[in-house]
Amino acid sequence: MMLAVVEVTPAWYLALGSVLFAIGAVGLLVRRNPLVMFMCVELMLNAVTLTFVTFSRMLNDVNGQSVVVFVLVVAAAEVVVGLGIIVALLRKLPSATADDITVLKG
Amino acid sequence: MLDLVWIIPALPLAGFLLLVAVGRRMGEPKAGWLATAMCGGAFVATAIVFVGLLGEDPEGRHHVLTLFDWLNVGGFKVEVGFLADPLSITMALFVTGIGTLIHLYSIGYMHGDPKFSKFFVYMNLFVFSMLMLVLGSNMLITFLGWEGVGACSYFLISFWFAKDANASAGKKAFVTNRVGDWGFMCAMFLTFATVGSLDYSVVLEKASSIAPVTATAIALLLFVGACGKSAQLPLFVWLPDAMAGPTPVSALIHAATMVTSGVYLMTRVNPILAQSYDWAPSIIAWVGVITALFAATIAVAQTDIKKVLAYSTVSQLGYMFLAVGSGAYVAAIFHMVTHAFFKALMFLGSGSVIHGMHDEQDMRRMGNLRRYMPITAATFIVGWLAIAGVPPFAGFWSKDEILLFAYDKSPALWFIGLVTALLTAFYMSRQVFMVFYGDERWREGDQAHVTDDGAPADARALSAEPHESPWLMTLPLVVLSGLAIVGGGLNLPFTGSTHLLEHWLEPVLEGNERVLAVATATKVGLAVIAVIVGLAGIVLAHRVYLQHKLEPVEPEILAEGWKYDSSITAFMGGPGRDAFQATATFDHTVVDGAVNGVAAVMRRSGDALRKVQTGFVRTYALGVAVGVVGLLAYFLSRVAF
Repeated sequence: MMLAVVEVTPAWYLALGSVLFAIGAVGLLVRRNPLVMFMCVELMLNAVTLTFVTFSRMLNDVNGQSVVVFVLVVAAAEVVVGLGIIVALLRKLPSATADDITVLKG
Repeated sequence: MLDLVWIIPALPLAGFLLLVAVGRRMGEPKAGWLATAMCGGAFVATAIVFVGLLGEDPEGRHHVLTLFDWLNVGGFKVEVGFLADPLSITMALFVTGIGTLIHLYSIGYMHGDPKFSKFFVYMNLFVFSMLMLVLGSNMLITFLGWEGVGACSYFLISFWFAKDANASAGKKAFVTNRVGDWGFMCAMFLTFATVGSLDYSVVLEKASSIAPVTATAIALLLFVGACGKSAQLPLFVWLPDAMAGPTPVSALIHAATMVTSGVYLMTRVNPILAQSYDWAPSIIAWVGVITALFAATIAVAQTDIKKVLAYSTVSQLGYMFLAVGSGAYVAAIFHMVTHAFFKALMFLGSGSVIHGMHDEQDMRRMGNLRRYMPITAATFIVGWLAIAGVPPFAGFWSKDEILLFAYDKSPALWFIGLVTALLTAFYMSRQVFMVFYGDERWREGDQAHVTDDGAPADARALSAEPHESPWLMTLPLVVLSGLAIVGGGLNLPFTGSTHLLEHWLEPVLEGNERVLAVATATKVGLAVIAVIVGLAGIVLAHRVYLQHKLEPVEPEILAEGWKYDSSITAFMGGPGRDAFQATATFDHTVVDGAVNGVAAVMRRSGDALRKVQTGFVRTYALGVAVGVVGLLAYFLSRVAF
């Protein structure tokens, strides 16, 4: 039996990145659980880093990879702050959704 | 010796500062003595500088002492400096001399006043400002002094501010003077724009190169300033009201010194006046002579002892401007000095009368006071003869000089001046007869009597006999009456060598003095006419007010000052107030409305836009997503596939 050898081209990675980004974006828009929404944001972030790496490889330019390192560091910091806020919130209002937090409404 | 000139204003300034610091603690009468000593010291310093100036040869009598740079902005440089020349030292001499006498007098007059030390604070500040005005080496220092004397005048007119009338009289003086100050300031701007400096030495040096039209503008604007300060038409209204202040103030500020500063200013800038069109001095002369006549007619019907003197001052100041306009600067300064002697004398005399009559000011309730106040009466009579133009008293010589120059300029000016002289002799005689001669009318207590402010007079005037004032008050009277007798000796018209003042002032006037084309016989004739007219006024008043052979003519309209003051009040209170109200409304509705309108529009649109912020995170996320898609679509559409 002959397995069709499918060559994985960089375009596949780009497609994967787009799909991940779309999932993240839609998830952010439709879900109301803060934790899930936060994960969706992370997903979008990682989709973008994947795209960066892919382009870096395609264009043979190391700048893309160095941006990714930056993004990772920033994401780590952002996770600390974001999760901190969310945990603190859920501790106070265990059943809170994103729509309940409208203190800053105009 | 000339470098000592800075001490002249420094002493009153030191007195002012000391009195501000410890005046209240010094109390009465020490505070008064300190102020008097400072003023007297300034007089001594002036005398020393005067001697120093005499030592120079006439051309070199121009000494500028610069203390420090005051302003140095771009091309605009003003130094604090003093100018010692014959004109400024003449002014400084009589300001400090008469000032000292009046300070001395005030110690007696202000006796027992709860604000005794404060009075002398203002007096010393006034003397300081006045000396800055006359000694300043540039127009800005003069203006500083000009404002300073204005402020002191305001403080002192409303010295007893608890009474409403006094407070508003002070305000009136201040506001009216502001109109004049506008003219002075514009003149300074114009001078600087034209010449590039405010220093008298520079400005007057270059005066001959100023275009006639500019020179005319500067001269007339300065004249507007002078009209305000020296109470000429149409700005004289404040001076009669200024009599609300204590009498020494009226004598010092509103008769002898401050009100003459306009005349000083015009004399100081005589080269500019010489450079301007011929009609500019004529305007000054006509304003002066009309003011003189106008005020003299009003003085005829006044019943307040001080009001008569106030209108008389306005009238005499008119004479001085007549002299300036006729090119008789020496005569103007001459009359200024002699007027300072006899008018200060009469004001102080009236103060002494008011003091002796227990604060009575109405002449209708006086009479025969020479029995009770012999020194005051004798000195007042000297002042009367001086102002009435009876030779050999001081006023005769100076007034005759002015009338002579006026005759040379235009016989019409001379004639009006002569009529004024007649009225002057008449109303002053009326005052003397009503106050010092005739019946003792203050005994007639039965007739209902009301004072100026409408309150019935209490019985204090009836209870006590009039009495002579203490020596502190009579001593200045005696000294001033001596000066009023011999003051004419400053500038006797007989031979060239007796024109002392004229020779003394010559370097300042630089030949801008009018050259007379009048024969000696005419001069003598004019003098004789003036004497006859003066005596006629006295005789007329004698028949009316002593012998009662003629009915007194005192029409209501004259007592009310031709309704000039009340018309201004009516106009400003009626249409004027409406106009101001309209301006205020315009400001509130249109100007403020525009500003507030913009703010309101911003607030409303902000309110509307606020709704966009829903507070739902997912709405924002959607917005971001839509935005990204939109941007993406835009960029993609621009990329040619």
